[in-house]
Amino acid sequence: MKATCWRGRKKVRVENVPDPEILNANDAIVRITSTAICGSDLHLYNGFVPSMRSGDILGHEFMGEVVEVGKSVNNLKVGDRVVVPFPIACGNCTPCLNGMYSLCENSNPNAWMAEKLWGHSPCGIFGYSHLLGGYPGGQAEYARVPFADVGPLKVPEELSDEQVLMLADIFPTGYMGAEMCDIKPGDVIAVWGAGPVGQFAIASAYMLGAERVIAIDRFPYRLNMAKEKSGADTLNYEEVNVLEALKEMTGGRGPDGCIDAVGMEAHGHGPIYAYDRAKQAVRMETDRPIALREAITACRNGGTVSVMGVYGGFIDKFPMGSVMNRSLTIRAGQCHVQRYLQPLLDRIQKGEIDPSFVITHRMKLDDAAEGYDTFLKKQDECMKVVLTA
Amino acid sequence: MEGGMGTQYSGGGHQRNDERRGSRRETKSARQLAKALAWFSIGLGIAEILAPKKLAGLIGIRAGSGTRNVLRAMGAREIGHGVLILMQPGSAARLWTRVGGDVLDLSLLSTAMASTRNERGRLAGAMAAVLGVAALDVYDSLQLSRNGNGRIEPSPRLTTRSIISRVSEARAIEVNKTLTIRRPVQEVYTFWRDFQNLPRFMNHLESVEVVDDRRSHWKARGPAGQTVEWDAEIVADVPGERIEWRSLEGSDVEHTGSVRFKTAPGERGTEVHVELRYDAPAGKLGAALAMLFGEEPRQQVQDDLHAFKQVMETGEVVRSEGTMKGRFIQHPAQRPATESLQ
Repeated sequence: MKATCWRGRKKVRVENVPDPEILNANDAIVRITSTAICGSDLHLYNGFVPSMRSGDILGHEFMGEVVEVGKSVNNLKVGDRVVVPFPIACGNCTPCLNGMYSLCENSNPNAWMAEKLWGHSPCGIFGYSHLLGGYPGGQAEYARVPFADVGPLKVPEELSDEQVLMLADIFPTGYMGAEMCDIKPGDVIAVWGAGPVGQFAIASAYMLGAERVIAIDRFPYRLNMAKEKSGADTLNYEEVNVLEALKEMTGGRGPDGCIDAVGMEAHGHGPIYAYDRAKQAVRMETDRPIALREAITACRNGGTVSVMGVYGGFIDKFPMGSVMNRSLTIRAGQCHVQRYLQPLLDRIQKGEIDPSFVITHRMKLDDAAEGYDTFLKKQDECMKVVLTA
Repeated sequence: MEGGMGTQYSGGGHQRNDERRGSRRETKSARQLAKALAWFSIGLGIAEILAPKKLAGLIGIRAGSGTRNVLRAMGAREIGHGVLILMQPGSAARLWTRVGGDVLDLSLLSTAMASTRNERGRLAGAMAAVLGVAALDVYDSLQLSRNGNGRIEPSPRLTTRSIISRVSEARAIEVNKTLTIRRPVQEVYTFWRDFQNLPRFMNHLESVEVVDDRRSHWKARGPAGQTVEWDAEIVADVPGERIEWRSLEGSDVEHTGSVRFKTAPGERGTEVHVELRYDAPAGKLGAALAMLFGEEPRQQVQDDLHAFKQVMETGEVVRSEGTMKGRFIQHPAQRPATESLQ
């Protein structure tokens, strides 16, 4: 089958690889009809995630038709149309039973690696390095889906692929980011990063009752989308001083909730950005936390900073003083997608939101390399690239 | 044990011959570059020790006595790098020390830049030169980190030879691990008490045959098919609390194990504390033990206990295509995980 293979920094190639096979009795094989490129795939593409091997198959946002099931699979049958969540979760360990699916204790066979880096291991993830299990990803024609009873969501015929594909990752991720802010009536939420996840965080914040949502980015087309599709206020950080603007827009208080939908490859200005880039270049700092620092500093006293942007290692110059002295709450996590699938599908079916609004580029799987390049360089007002077989 | 411990090739040794030849050439030229850099270090070090004043003038620094002493110290360090590398030119770690030295040089030079008494032009030139050499150092270190088939190993230091010698020296593999399993104490105890279940998740065990209510016959198997066998007896058995066992006197392998069970707080299930020890008397089978467990013996056993939790909570050992016992391979349709559980 064809699959998008990582071949080094800034190099992906669609190649012919063997088809997946059932390995465990809980597996299913899915023939993929649509798959997307995620902002976190760009961290892999740019070489920031350790433990990638040349030839690894990428992709963790995919959906399609079940073509084979292992003998222990009960909830799915051949022919079902499903969206597959990106965290792999067994459904039986304590975190899974508590709804924290991205903390599954059983789905990362390489847990020892993650433990060394992070203390304990989170779940395994499709197509996201050997550190997180070494599972082949879904930017391919077929994928093996472990724990098929727990993850995949059956989707109705009347919704198109484009309408539901975002349930695999970015819609629940944005939603969880907003949910973690504990939004109360009257709250103002600021979202750093108006990429696809940011767009869903913004939309979700309104869904959850925010009074006002402010999108922060430097690309006018991304800010425009936030304004037009969700009604957000916008700030271009290359034109205004964000901290001052936020204070003015919130009566001097600061936003009640600050969502970091940027992560480790943040872009910024000035000496602190140069500092971060220099340290990262010599690998003395693994991540660039520019957006995170700003989100913390801007947040009102007693507010919540909600971190959905992906970080991998260690950051420098973290404003801990600001956090501690001002009673801030920091919440973070890889999205526990499984627990949001049905509720968010319900909202889509009720017409509350059509997640396909973020899709700007539609390509064939064969053109994945071009898709990565366009997405990385934000060419052609690229927001989200979807690949079809 | 799938994957093949110790061999440098993944996926069962089907790497093509010309790939192997090519990568040997790469390793050779990487080592030659390392040696050249080592001699450069030694030469520079000698110059720094014997003629610090001239050298200082060359790079644009005013050569007070303090500066000359710093230069001499740097010279000694350079010679140290050179000698270390020449002793083992294939070692990436030793070459990385040069990179550390370059970073130090750069910071000293940039401090010197701040002072107007120094000739900035020459200093800039010196910094450029150091950066150039540093680039070579980094490149070569990375080249040396790759093993014979062009892959970067996760732990390049752990060669087969070093593990065998380490294990033979230590002569024992000891693992203590605690985990929480979301199953009632009685269920976890009963599962472990039937030793015939152990090979279901302990990768190095081929079989455990229960002879009577105290004795059992254990068979462990290495990746190349070699086997080690011993008899064991249960020393203590408190249902729901504790099981202890050990190999009989005169066994080729000295093996002791104990597992303790305790109800975890809340509804979290059972806390299981496992202690395992494998030893080879008189170094006789030290090498064989290394073979059994692969490159990282303690890690292997810890992974097995992780597998124990998976079996109890999900019914099977969770594998992925990219995780065949420490080797990083990833193509779909590698040998199915279930093979090893027979």
